Amino acid sequence: MINNRIILAAALAATAVTTAQAASRDYISIVGSSTVYPFSTVVAETFGKTSAYKTPKVESTGSGGGLKLFCAGVGVEHPDITNASRRIKSSEVENCAKNGVTDIVEVKVGYDGIVIANSKSAPLMHLTRRDVFLALAKKVPNVNGGGELIDNPYKTWKDVNASLPDTAIEVLGPPPTSGTRDAFVELAMEGGCKTFDFIKAMKKQDKKAYKGICHTIREDGAYIEAGENDNLIVQKLESNPKALGIFGFSFLDQNADKVQGSIVDKIAPTFEAIADGSYPVSRPLFFYVKKAHVGKIPGIEEYLAEFTSDKAWGDEGYLVDKGMIPMPKQERNQFAADVKGLNLLKLTK
Amino acid sequence: MNKPAVDQTRTIDRVNATLKQRYNRERRFRRFGLAAVILGLLFVALMFLNIISQGYSAFYQTRILLDIEYRQEVIDPAGERDPATLSAADYAALVKSALRALYPDVKGRGEKRELYGMVSSGAALVLRQRVMSDPELIGSRQALWLPADDDIDMLVKGRIDRNAPESERRIKNRVLAWVEQLEARGAIEKQFNLGFLTGGDSREPELAGIGGAVMGSLYTLIVTLLLSFPIGVATALYLEEFAPRNRWTDLVEVNINNLAAVPSIVFGLLGLAVFINFFGLPRSAPLVGGMVLTLMTLPTIIIASRAALKAVPPSIREAALGIGASRTQTVFHHVLPLAMPGMLTGTIIGMAQALGETAPLLMIGMVAFIVDIPGGPMDPATVLPVQIFLWADSPERAFMEKTSAAIMVLLGFLILMNVIAVILRKRFERRW
Repeated sequence: MINNRIILAAALAATAVTTAQAASRDYISIVGSSTVYPFSTVVAETFGKTSAYKTPKVESTGSGGGLKLFCAGVGVEHPDITNASRRIKSSEVENCAKNGVTDIVEVKVGYDGIVIANSKSAPLMHLTRRDVFLALAKKVPNVNGGGELIDNPYKTWKDVNASLPDTAIEVLGPPPTSGTRDAFVELAMEGGCKTFDFIKAMKKQDKKAYKGICHTIREDGAYIEAGENDNLIVQKLESNPKALGIFGFSFLDQNADKVQGSIVDKIAPTFEAIADGSYPVSRPLFFYVKKAHVGKIPGIEEYLAEFTSDKAWGDEGYLVDKGMIPMPKQERNQFAADVKGLNLLKLTK
Repeated sequence: MNKPAVDQTRTIDRVNATLKQRYNRERRFRRFGLAAVILGLLFVALMFLNIISQGYSAFYQTRILLDIEYRQEVIDPAGERDPATLSAADYAALVKSALRALYPDVKGRGEKRELYGMVSSGAALVLRQRVMSDPELIGSRQALWLPADDDIDMLVKGRIDRNAPESERRIKNRVLAWVEQLEARGAIEKQFNLGFLTGGDSREPELAGIGGAVMGSLYTLIVTLLLSFPIGVATALYLEEFAPRNRWTDLVEVNINNLAAVPSIVFGLLGLAVFINFFGLPRSAPLVGGMVLTLMTLPTIIIASRAALKAVPPSIREAALGIGASRTQTVFHHVLPLAMPGMLTGTIIGMAQALGETAPLLMIGMVAFIVDIPGGPMDPATVLPVQIFLWADSPERAFMEKTSAAIMVLLGFLILMNVIAVILRKRFERRW
């Protein structure tokens, strides 16, 4: 009986607070990509400590999951900002519009490099994107030529390219749910795939088949899905010098004493090479802001100002310390101006 | 009945013949059992050893002794002691000038950046807090231990190799020389890190604490306990003491047992669909987390409570009914008090399960970066296991020890809860 009273009191208290809560929210709610998460959280923390506003809440939901939540509607129960490690798709913009989210501001944050690394105790690999494609694709062109595709026969790196060491192909990488995997497949695999003329020609005729060849990773054990935790991949590389791993640049930056980034197309994955765009496997990072919430939820404009300030995303800003690769100055200025004016996203198809 | 055995051997001889073999078999079985136990213990010991050796250092933090001058012109040029001015002052400048005074020959932008980088950005917050609570400090000098940056921390703790070539180290030779000078003067040392236990999350490893996650776990567990204990006990009481035995109650029983085996992520999806999308409760709130975990722990509590009720001998009920007690009186005055220790044990074990759960919380937005320590069950919060998950995924090396230390705290809580369950059982359990 006492218990009953407690439940009743708890339930009443809960409903009372709920109604108060639903009416307003005094902190910014951010969702989205786990790749942008480390950067967006630093800005959120600095913003919370240096402004009069509360620290924004940052959820790590993945790019796709974040955009889904973001597009679910306008109102305090929906997030204000979503991070993405890829650009928003036109289907997602349509989905947003269907739920009344029509005014979206796009902000490009900077770049992230994807590295193919191995243990320091093993020799440094000099790869090309073509090597990466041949080593990891499910179907590769037959060596005899003739535009015939066969199941990937390569067992060692030497089979792929005679100048590479005679070690078995063993690559630890992210699972298909990861944005890093999407970007790797698109930039490294497709980049190598395109070097075959007949496959490149296919792109115009049958885009689906072209993607199927270029984007499908082999499933015979040479590519090992190692989960989303990049620290784990670094540890596994350390204990297995024969393996290669695929992860974000910030993890290479932090573990430069344990692992080395392979050279891709003659370019080493250094900060400078990613920043000036010469390293081929790098991708832009974004976040999207719901314009309808600006002015309703306190602090959104100030948060955007903090993110786009030079002390955050500038060449010597604190985001760079966390491993983000900044955009060139001109591009930064342009995005900062767009953000200031809350200019809306325009998708050019 | 039978004729004397055709077989010449007596039964006892046959027994004796196989006796050795049977003893051997028993000894073998015992050894296998013992080996299994030892293997299990070995793995547990290995896990503890690994976690503790990785994590114990997180309870200590490297601090640098700096001679701070609270200069009036930096903190409060107008001299009005207005709290708003004091709060917005540039305390980092005080830290920087103290560092410059320590190394007067540091010139050049890059070099100065490295010098300032030795002290955590949290140092300015420490100074602000001190001045805010005691404005009298302005104008005075004070020697203070301020937290070092996480890279310096890792260096002092020996997790960065000083002999590695400069290009492979996150610490430049110049900074290493400065640290060694400080060490020679005794101006850098490891001190107990209270901030780790009381602070909220941070992206700076040297400032990150589990205080926010512990509070989040606490609120979540309180909600879970308030909901699941009364509901679970009431369900068990009804099913065991009042419900008629028919196909309907059988169905309920089967479903409760099934529910206990449902993967916890399913409860998270349910919580997302019902509590958040339908009832419109806020994301990331311990209230919703507690409600989801209630669904998960209910079957455990119901099953344990029913077992406890079944263990109360029928003679107690019959005696109570016999002297004229009603059924409700019988249950509440006699059966329930006797079954309570068993029910509490079940509840505590259910709570321990709930404390360690992350999967259902993924779906309801509790996997989030939250700096402010939650002040109630409606504030956005995260919980201990989620905090561990988030830190384990962070690139900064210093988060590795934080992860292990957070695991130590979580294990501590789990062990404590299980010990309480054992004590309760030992103290109050009655045997008939």
